[in-house]
Amino acid sequence: MNIIVCIKQVPDTTEVKINPQTGTLIREGVPSIMNPDDKGGLEFALQLKDKFNAHVTVITMGLPQADAILREALAMGVDRAILLTDRKLGGADTLATSNAIAGALRTLEYDLVVAGRQAIDGDTAQVGPQIAEHLDIPQVSYLEDIDFDGNKTFTLRKQTDDGYQVLQMDAPCLVTVLASAVKPRYMNMRGIVEAYQREVEVWGADRIDVAEDKIGKAGSPTSVMKAFPKSLKPAGATFEVSAEEAVDIIVEKLKERHII
Amino acid sequence: MDISQYKDIYVFVEQRDGAVQSVGLELLGKARELADRVGEKVVALILGKGISDKAQELIAAGADKVLVVDNEYLKSYLTEPYTQAVSQIILEQKPAILLLGATIIGRDLAPRLSARTNTGLTADCTQLEIGESGELLMTRPAFGGNLMATILCKNHRPQMSTVRPGVMQRIAPDVSRKGEIVNYNVNFDKAKINRVRIVEEVKECKCVADISESKILVAGGRGVGNAEGFNKLRALAQTLGGEIAASRAMVDAGIIEHCSQVGQTGKTVRPELYIACGISGAIQHLAGMEESEYIIAINRDKYAPIFSVADIGIVGDVHKIVPLLNEKIKNIKKF
Repeated sequence: MNIIVCIKQVPDTTEVKINPQTGTLIREGVPSIMNPDDKGGLEFALQLKDKFNAHVTVITMGLPQADAILREALAMGVDRAILLTDRKLGGADTLATSNAIAGALRTLEYDLVVAGRQAIDGDTAQVGPQIAEHLDIPQVSYLEDIDFDGNKTFTLRKQTDDGYQVLQMDAPCLVTVLASAVKPRYMNMRGIVEAYQREVEVWGADRIDVAEDKIGKAGSPTSVMKAFPKSLKPAGATFEVSAEEAVDIIVEKLKERHII
Repeated sequence: MDISQYKDIYVFVEQRDGAVQSVGLELLGKARELADRVGEKVVALILGKGISDKAQELIAAGADKVLVVDNEYLKSYLTEPYTQAVSQIILEQKPAILLLGATIIGRDLAPRLSARTNTGLTADCTQLEIGESGELLMTRPAFGGNLMATILCKNHRPQMSTVRPGVMQRIAPDVSRKGEIVNYNVNFDKAKINRVRIVEEVKECKCVADISESKILVAGGRGVGNAEGFNKLRALAQTLGGEIAASRAMVDAGIIEHCSQVGQTGKTVRPELYIACGISGAIQHLAGMEESEYIIAINRDKYAPIFSVADIGIVGDVHKIVPLLNEKIKNIKKF
């Protein structure tokens, strides 16, 4: 079985702080990490490797420094790592991104494609399902658990808005995984050392199977008209008083607003 | 693509087990406002099995026309049959705009549709407006919630966007409104549909109330500590006639159900009163509640970011203040 895991390098948005004076983001010193949902997907792939001797390839599209998350994946145990990087791919929205990644996947063999449900820097949850559509394969998103019959059928547990579904899906197919579904393994010492001796394949746009007008800025139906900091309303008064006084202040305000 | 051929504002109205989801009605309210501005129609799409009787409710909520696709394949949501049905409608009817709820269903369906019909999609919009030349201006939070970006889909149609539940306002239902109801015939490709099969469906949410509908929320975070701490919040919520809500920390700890979670990965709420107890206010949490009409924050740490969005901040111990507050309000209510 061949598994391809799509991963993304993202700024750790949980580490982003707001400058209280200006209301803007403090970006300095924010570490880059492997997107948490993607890491959950990678763990599921590695579990299938452990159980069924699957061959696991990891691919990312991004800037050259995304090499770091591919090394991390190698140290966790993947067999092959591909960095898709090219100026022609820049400025892509989700549709153009999914076209580029699907273009890379067309040149590879796969039974299962794994992606994270969404990336923490954009929270769109779009690229996984869009890749599945371009490749004309079925998808199950919001995956909580995965099992394989050893032949061609996966049994999957999917989160729904009010509970969960258990589904069966035949290979080749795509899943998007929730970070909360599984605890990713740690890199092992030998893996870390070896990861820096192993090859990360670097692919350009000429290496993938997709029309040029489908990728990068030209292949993006959406564009950003403007970006602006969120208008913050001025903070109200803060009181450091005894519990009794605090209660009086709150009750007064609730009365003013006719809530009590 | 000749975009001048595309018109009208379509809303995918989600139903589950025959119940129309509130986000669909909220989107119809927004679509009504946008359609009136450009002089076009609001068209609601409803898909399922045995759901034809829901059409009138959608007209009352603002639709001029309802397309009903009633088919065995659409009984429970699955990606492929729903994508086939909606993409056939897009190709045949040529909508200018298509809005969907950013629920798990909407976030599964919308990207698949955008790729099948080769158009743009903007996720989790918090503001939708019509621009000077009639285009849709889609504004959404970016970078974990503290930057806003306005997105355009200039040369592709439909302009698609998803909106989280609780963000838009529904209009008061008008049962006297008249509209057209069409039973739409879809040609399904069975072979593709059979690639995914349902084995079992389990409903497990124990929440009694939808917190995005509550007027008063008493929300707890890490500072509340445990289930016992939450009982104090629950008592206060009950006295005020509200519901309890929680930050992600409390949901991850298993103390509160996921359906009561407020924030980026939970629900968006805008109640009349939001009392944040022991919540520090990560931007992911603020993104889900800062539009509340009135916010009271109680936290031990006077530097907690929650105070930056609060109308009144109390630096103190929730375990002391909440029970005292509850007693005092109870006494007032007696008279």
